[in-house]
Amino acid sequence: MLADKDRIFTNIYGLHDWGLEGARRRGSWDGTKLMLEAGRDWIIDQMKASGLRGRGGAGFATGLKWSFMPKKSDGRPHYLVVNADESEPGTCKDREILRHDPHHLVEGCLIAGFAMGAHTAFIYVRGEFIREREHLQAAVDQAYEARLIGKNNIHGWDFDIVVHHGAGAYICGEETALLESLEGKKGQPRLKPPFPANSGVYGAPTTVNNVESIAVAPTILRRGPAWFSSIGRPNNVGTKLFGISGHVNTPCIVEEAMGIPFKELIEKHGGGVRGGWDNLLAIIPGGASCPVIPAAQCEDLIMDFDGTRAVKSSFGTAGVLVMDKSTDIVRAIARIAHFFKHESCGQCTPCREGTGWMARVLDRMAHGNAQKSEIDMLLQVTTQVEGHTICALGDAAAWPIQGLIRNFRPVIEERIDSFTSRGRTVHAVGALEAAE
Amino acid sequence: MAKIIVDGIEVDVPPEFTLLQAAEAAGAEIPRFCFHERLSVAGNCRMCLVEVKGGPPKPQASCAMNVRDLRPGPNGEPPVMFTKSPMVKKAREGVMEFLLINHPLDCPICDQGGECDLQDQAMAYGVDKNRFAENKRAVEDKYIGPLVKTVMTRCIHCTRCVRFTTEVAGISELGLIGRGEDAEITTYLERALSSELQGNVIDLCPVGALTSKPYAFQARPWELTKTESIDVMDAVGSSIRVDSRGREVMRILPRVNEAVNEEWISDKTRFVWDGLRTQRLDRPYVRQNGRLVGASWSEAFATIAEKVGATVGGRIGAIAGDLAAVEEMFALKQLMTALGSGNFDVRQDGAALDPSLGRASYVFNPTIAGIEEADVILIVGSNPRREAAVLNSRIRKRWRMGGVRIGLIGEMADLTYPHDYLGAGAETLESVAAGEGAFGAALAAAKRPIVIVGQGVLARADGAAVLAKAAAIVAAPGRDAGWNGLAVLHTAASRVGGLDIGFVPAEGGMGTAAMIRAAGEGRLDVLFLLGADEIDMAALGQSFVVYIGTHGDAGAHRADVILPAAAYTEKSGTYVNTEGRVQLANRATFPPGEAREDWAVLRALSDVLGRRLPFDSLNELRRALYAAHPHLAAIDQIAPATFSTVSALALSGGWFNPGAFTGAVADFYLTNPIARASAVMAECSALAAGRSAQAAE
Repeated sequence: MLADKDRIFTNIYGLHDWGLEGARRRGSWDGTKLMLEAGRDWIIDQMKASGLRGRGGAGFATGLKWSFMPKKSDGRPHYLVVNADESEPGTCKDREILRHDPHHLVEGCLIAGFAMGAHTAFIYVRGEFIREREHLQAAVDQAYEARLIGKNNIHGWDFDIVVHHGAGAYICGEETALLESLEGKKGQPRLKPPFPANSGVYGAPTTVNNVESIAVAPTILRRGPAWFSSIGRPNNVGTKLFGISGHVNTPCIVEEAMGIPFKELIEKHGGGVRGGWDNLLAIIPGGASCPVIPAAQCEDLIMDFDGTRAVKSSFGTAGVLVMDKSTDIVRAIARIAHFFKHESCGQCTPCREGTGWMARVLDRMAHGNAQKSEIDMLLQVTTQVEGHTICALGDAAAWPIQGLIRNFRPVIEERIDSFTSRGRTVHAVGALEAAE
Repeated sequence: MAKIIVDGIEVDVPPEFTLLQAAEAAGAEIPRFCFHERLSVAGNCRMCLVEVKGGPPKPQASCAMNVRDLRPGPNGEPPVMFTKSPMVKKAREGVMEFLLINHPLDCPICDQGGECDLQDQAMAYGVDKNRFAENKRAVEDKYIGPLVKTVMTRCIHCTRCVRFTTEVAGISELGLIGRGEDAEITTYLERALSSELQGNVIDLCPVGALTSKPYAFQARPWELTKTESIDVMDAVGSSIRVDSRGREVMRILPRVNEAVNEEWISDKTRFVWDGLRTQRLDRPYVRQNGRLVGASWSEAFATIAEKVGATVGGRIGAIAGDLAAVEEMFALKQLMTALGSGNFDVRQDGAALDPSLGRASYVFNPTIAGIEEADVILIVGSNPRREAAVLNSRIRKRWRMGGVRIGLIGEMADLTYPHDYLGAGAETLESVAAGEGAFGAALAAAKRPIVIVGQGVLARADGAAVLAKAAAIVAAPGRDAGWNGLAVLHTAASRVGGLDIGFVPAEGGMGTAAMIRAAGEGRLDVLFLLGADEIDMAALGQSFVVYIGTHGDAGAHRADVILPAAAYTEKSGTYVNTEGRVQLANRATFPPGEAREDWAVLRALSDVLGRRLPFDSLNELRRALYAAHPHLAAIDQIAPATFSTVSALALSGGWFNPGAFTGAVADFYLTNPIARASAVMAECSALAAGRSAQAAE
């Protein structure tokens, strides 16, 4: 269990003052100038040495990402964009940072911006986050007032932070769709290449980072990469905000060490599974797009990038959804499929057409109103979507369904059997709903 | 150059080539829906997926990835791409299945049937079974104007239409609203598109979502006879394909011609064909007791012969209209000369263009393709959007390339690209020519300027002075050697050809205005109108008017004898476009009823008048024509014009008159007798008038 002294987000529950005064008391903005004076390369080297992997889900090394930014400007400005469009079902960690510890983020923006030669940061806040945006904006205003950021600030690096409020579309959390939205266009992902580091917002070199990745940076630099990398397992180091939701006794957000066993995480912080550990059916480890992990594999599950990959799932944002045996797993995944259908931007064919198809088939399967051969067909459709789309939303829509079929095929078959044994003939779902 | 191996074949292509282009260079065919050479890359249909080595380990959209984006192999071997591998086959089948699941199976009642990309590619790359058991999506059809019919259920969201209207046509009126499977293409509140290039979205649409409204359910592509021809609706001379069935023109489509129209045509060009069917003159008429009465050819000719015999050459005149081909003007000029008359003119509007000054004084010297090389463009007294819509899209293309400054003197207009509005009249032209103001300075410093002079300003009394001033700007020192930026923008397809063969008053002869005045004062006894309808018919007094033409328009109403002739789709004729490019229009159908080709009418008439023209066939006529004007024999070529003409023109001066410059075309849709006979054009015209009235409020 992570010791209190190793926690980065010391006000994650909002028990103390979230403003500048409180943040300063907790160590924020301490020695920031010294870090900037150590230079760009020092910061990037420290970040690389810390082994921090992006906290937005893909787990790309943060220091490496920063180093992709051109060393010298070719005349275009550089931009830092912070992705606070946290919309994945099951994920709710960034909002706690935004409302209770926003100065971690503000300070992180300055440091990261300096490290990539950016004088401006845009923070794209999810449309539904009203209070969060207010707190963040207030924190930014406080920082301006204290001349921590802004023109001619005490750190000697002119830096502006623009808090931009989205309109509540999940796809705008995809980095290039976020850039489009930021530019005032419709949130549709761009083709890559060119990557944002070459041509991002307004065609200028841009780095897009998750809130948590940026917010932990100041503390890492203050305490040194060795401290950060000493926590967790190799390649999966540091502390991480875990979100525990679903069928546990005390759902919560908690900062824990990477590599904590799943069971320990649930028992210590989630108050255990509702009805006891044996009542566990399955979990979704990192937000709705990650494949489900059945209870049997949760026993020894290590909660980090490699641990979840070992059970053919992914770590995502560490927003753990716990489902006990009262859950209708088929309906649960059907609901997730419906979410991705609803949030598909409609730009490219496989996702636009495939998400709707998959959701409808799953809807029927949730009733049992399907043929058994359709399970394999559905699985094939997911592979036709996965990897064929412009952005990763197609993959995100396919994975939960693949996880369902991989782990719970008997449940679906049973459902189909009981449906047909009741003498119902198989119809398209519309007809069934009309009948009921 | 970069090497890449496509299906085992190594090709050397420029690094900025896309994988799709590289594959084509290697002879591999890649299916596509959203990709179009002349539009930006969207990469959204995912049909062009290929497998690459040296890139990400999943199928890549070949339309969107450059060859330089791929990394070479570990030992420096060129990147490898597969277009026929199992991964590619599976990807294509998958995408095709997704495209088809919500696409209606209504091919038998779809106008795109037989020329549908989706149909063709489903045959080539799809699978033959359907696994989709759900209800298909239905989408409400949208009203986007009288020209483009929508069946939005068929839409595959390739967004070609959106990209065309925004990028080429320059109107942001079509867009994709909604998201996911609810995404729909529409205009804002289903308002009609305002572009005069909107018909091109019909060709661009790879499925039957956007089809031609006037052509709906008229014909199938395989039953149409296709004739390659030239458009005469404006002076651009767009390359077209006339599709006909039996004796009727069913539709008109563009042909690719990089030098002229790329692959776009204006709506007037595309949809004018219903005007070819209505108001046609299909037999000769003679006016008896104030009424036009049907007559035989010999009666009509005899009536003319009587009138011509009763007068002398100097009291006979001829005016050629905007749609006349060079051949018939050549024949008419010979006939007039034989009758002893020097009174003939091709300039219905009296434009101050004088072929004796040299060809460079009346053509669009920089050429249409040359617009893309201009650094400053000054438009004087013209609205190219209305006068030459396709040429205007070329100016917009130049603007999109960046680094150009465009100025306008004349009527304020939305030209679809940003421009400096400099002023309305001659004093602005003089100050710009003197290098005053920011634009004047830019123009003075320009290496490759283009000064576009419209017919509206040339038809003014001070037209010659304006042309001279434009020439002076072009001929100013500091221009690139060999660059001739004097661009006379014509609106009439016949004009340059007529000027080329000298269809202008001979020594001592009368021009259009003088002839009309003489007719009104009783000094002109017989007036031949070769499809000329744009003059003031009421001013012709008691003169005897012979109308040789196709439609019952202004000229026919005034005529004393009507000789029915052939429209541009019904005859083989030479047209010279505004650049001076000689082009040949071909016959797609036959003239209706007793109507005959114009040159044959004139040849027959000459016989009756006792002045038999020395040719019995079109070939003989052309031989005589080419002997007299050798450059007309060089089809699709532009005879080089001498720059000294422009320099000489620059030295001529003249007085300017006060008053604002105006464009030559007030209503884009109703500029000639064929368009005025078209119900579709009338509807478009009414819509456009409503729009401008609304804008004025």
